[in-house]
Amino acid sequence: MRRRPTMLLPTILAFGFAFLYVPILSMVVYSFNASRLVTVWDAAHSPTLKWYGQLFQNHQILDAAWLSLKIAVMNATGAVILGTMAGFALARFGKFRGRALLEGLTTAPLVLPEIITGLSMLLLFVAMEQLVGWPAGRGVTTITIAHISFSLSYVAVIVQARLIGFDESLEEAALDLGARPATVFLRITLPLIAPALMSGWLLSFTLSWDDVVISQFVAGPGSSTLPMVIFSKVRLGVSPDVNALATLMVALVAIGVVASALFVQGRERRRAREMRMALGVQ
Amino acid sequence: MIQRLQRYFSVDRLGRPLARAVPMLWLTLFFLVPFLIVLKISFSEVLMAMPPYAPMIEWTQERMLAIRLHLANYHFLFTDSLYLESFLYSIKVAAVSTLICLLLGYPMALAISRAEPARRSLLLMLVILPFWTSFLLRIYAWIGLLKDDGLINSALLWLHLISSPIQMANTSFAVYIGIVYSYLPFMILPLYSNLEKHDATLLEAAADLGAAPWKAFVRITLPLSLPGVVAGAMLVFIPAVGEYVIPTLLGSANQLMIGRVLSDEFFENRDWPVASSVAIIILIILMGPIVVFQRYRSRELEAQA
Repeated sequence: MRRRPTMLLPTILAFGFAFLYVPILSMVVYSFNASRLVTVWDAAHSPTLKWYGQLFQNHQILDAAWLSLKIAVMNATGAVILGTMAGFALARFGKFRGRALLEGLTTAPLVLPEIITGLSMLLLFVAMEQLVGWPAGRGVTTITIAHISFSLSYVAVIVQARLIGFDESLEEAALDLGARPATVFLRITLPLIAPALMSGWLLSFTLSWDDVVISQFVAGPGSSTLPMVIFSKVRLGVSPDVNALATLMVALVAIGVVASALFVQGRERRRAREMRMALGVQ
Repeated sequence: MIQRLQRYFSVDRLGRPLARAVPMLWLTLFFLVPFLIVLKISFSEVLMAMPPYAPMIEWTQERMLAIRLHLANYHFLFTDSLYLESFLYSIKVAAVSTLICLLLGYPMALAISRAEPARRSLLLMLVILPFWTSFLLRIYAWIGLLKDDGLINSALLWLHLISSPIQMANTSFAVYIGIVYSYLPFMILPLYSNLEKHDATLLEAAADLGAAPWKAFVRITLPLSLPGVVAGAMLVFIPAVGEYVIPTLLGSANQLMIGRVLSDEFFENRDWPVASSVAIIILIILMGPIVVFQRYRSRELEAQA
C-alpha cells in the first residue's frame, strides 16, 4: 500500500526556507534603494548603486576587510594543519594516553558560548604578557591564535569523520610494497582526505571572517576586524551601505557554491566516464 | 651512523607522536589553561590596576605562601537579583528557542529525508547556505524587518491589518526570532543525518498492518530519531544560553541575557573578577548539556567505525 502523500511536510519545508531566505533577500533588494531610510523604497531614484560607491570609499570598512581577510587566511591554514593532526590522532591512533583529554578539548569549542572563549583567551594573553612578555599587546597575532584555537576543532571533527569512514587497505598495500609511512601519508592518505581538508579550510575561513565576540575580547587598538566594524556601526543604527556590503558577501558565497557544485559534478562525470572506459562499457 | 640518526629523527618515526602532541599542546595552552585562569581570577578581588585583580597566591613578607580565596564575587552574584534574573532569563530564552527550533526543524528534516534522493542534496545545501553568509549581517537584516518603520510593520499597515506599528525590535520576541533563525540549521543537520538512516521498510510494515501514518510516526520514527533530537537540541541550547550578539542587536535594554551582563561587567565596569565568576557559573550550568552532547558524539563516531 502506498501512503497518501501529505502536503503538510512540504508546506513546512517551504515556510522554513522562506524564513531562512527572506531576510537575506530583503538586504539585497534594499541595497539598491536610493532612500537613506532603509525601509522606504524611493521608486523615483532606485535602483541605484550609490551605496556601493560609498562602500568603496569607506576606508574604515576597506581596511577592516583587508585585515579580516589576512586573519581568516592565516587562521584557516593554521587550523587545517593542527586540526588534521588532531583528527588523525583521534581516528587512527586507537587508545593512547591523553586521548580523553584531546577528545574533550576538540569537542568543547564546538558548543561553548563564544563569550566564555573570548574572555578566557584574553585573560590568558594578559597573564602571558605579565609572565613571559609575549604577546606584547594585542592585535593580529592574538586574534589569529584565538581563532585557530576554536577553528581547529571543526577541522578535527571533519577530518576524523572522513578518516573513520574509509578503507585502510590502500595504505596497508602501499606499506606492504615498501613505501615509507611519510610517503604513504603524502601520496595516498592526503589526496584521499583532500575534500575534507578543503571543507575544513573553508569552514575555518568563514568562522574567522564572521567572528565578532572573540575578536572583540582579544583585539587591541588599531586591529578592528570587519565584523567588529559592522557590529559597532549596526549598534548605532541601520545604515544602507551595510546592505551593499551584505549583498556583495552573499554574491561571493553564491558564486563560490555554484562553482564548487559545477566542479564536483564535472569531476563525478569524468570519473563515471573513466569507470565505463576501464570496464570496457560504452 | 649518520644514516641511523637520520632514520631515528625521520618523519616516519616522529609523525605519530607529533600528530598527537602538537594539537594537544596547543589546545592545552590556549583552551584549558585559560579556563584555569578564569577560575583563578573569579576568586580574586577587584583592583584599580592593570590587570585589575589582586593576586591570589603571594609570598608575604615573612616568606610565607599566602593563598587568598575571595568568595565575595560569587556571594555578590547570588544576592544581587540582576544576575539571578538574567541567568533565569537566558535559560528560558535558550530553552524556548530550542523548542521552537525543534518544532520547525523536525518537519523540515523529515521532509528532506523523505524527498527524492536526487533532490536531497540540493535541499540540504539550501539549509547550509545561510550559514556561509555572515551571521552578523543576517541578524542585521532582521532589524530592518522588525523595526517600527520596518518591512513587516509597513506591510501590515499597508494591508490595514494594524493601525499603528507593533513594537517588535528590541523585545524578547525579536531575540527569539534571531536565535531560532541563526541556530535552525544546527537543529536540522543532526536530525537529518539521523532520519536519513531510518529503514523505510519499518514504516511500510506498519502501514501494511493498518497503522495510520501519524501512529507509525509516533511509534517508530520519533523514538528512533531521539538521538538526533538530543544532539540538535544541545547544539542550539548550549551556545544560545551565552548568546551575546543577538540580544544586543535585537533585544531590549531592560532584560539582559547573561552573555551581555558578562560583557558589560568586563568592558564597562572593568570588573574582571565578577565577569570571571559569571563565566564560571555559565560553565557549571552548561556542564550537563555539554557532557550529554559529548557522549552522543562519541557514540555516533563509534557507530560509523
